[in-house]
Amino acid sequence: MKVINEMHLKFLSKSSNESFARSAVAAFVLELDPTITELADIKTAVSEAVTNAIVHGYQRESGMIYIDVKLTDENNVIIKIRDKGVGIEDIKQAMQPLFTTAESEERAGLGFAVMQSFTDNVKVTSAPQKGTTVTLKKRIIPLK
Amino acid sequence: MMLKTDYKDEVLTVHLSGELDHNRAANLRAKIDGRVNALRPKTLELDFSKVSFMDSSGIGLIMGRYRSVGLVGGKLRVVNIPDNLTKIFALSGISSLGVLK
Repeated sequence: MKVINEMHLKFLSKSSNESFARSAVAAFVLELDPTITELADIKTAVSEAVTNAIVHGYQRESGMIYIDVKLTDENNVIIKIRDKGVGIEDIKQAMQPLFTTAESEERAGLGFAVMQSFTDNVKVTSAPQKGTTVTLKKRIIPLK
Repeated sequence: MMLKTDYKDEVLTVHLSGELDHNRAANLRAKIDGRVNALRPKTLELDFSKVSFMDSSGIGLIMGRYRSVGLVGGKLRVVNIPDNLTKIFALSGISSLGVLK
């Protein structure tokens, strides 16, 4: 697997940046000729991860969110979304569908379920008080 | 942002449009609930025909309105779900609320 292109973003954990983040990642992925559906899947998964970083990672504080995107020669997109927020104590529990710690914000508890369903692979690493990294992988099926 | 709504025969219709994410949902929630509490409609109808993008924040918005209109004795109805959003609606299991038309 060879990386053919990469980009990095760093932005403030403001909810108005959710739209910027998913659109920027989608624009970068265009090089691999994704279908509209593949692009929408990536936007949705990125939106979930960035929203988690804002709502859960940084809560009421503000901090920076980092996104690294790599495109590979096998048409894979690898997206890392990282925050330096509070971290997740129990990743397994956090990934359970309908589990949420932000009911007052009307979070449906579906963030990880959406990421898993809209990409090929989701990996989460986290350390309490250090932050969380979510890695999403998706293969763009080459056009015949 | 302006919220387009109609009120007729005790049905409050909210015409949602554009991208529905966490940022927009917070604002929509307050505006919709303001009208629901003022009008106490029998039915709150959320029209999704012009929604171009939605993440799970949209599901949270629907679940929350199901509750808020229920508190004033009304029912929720979700209509015109575009094809590109069927995947997230299916995943959410929200059809079990019986609100999708």
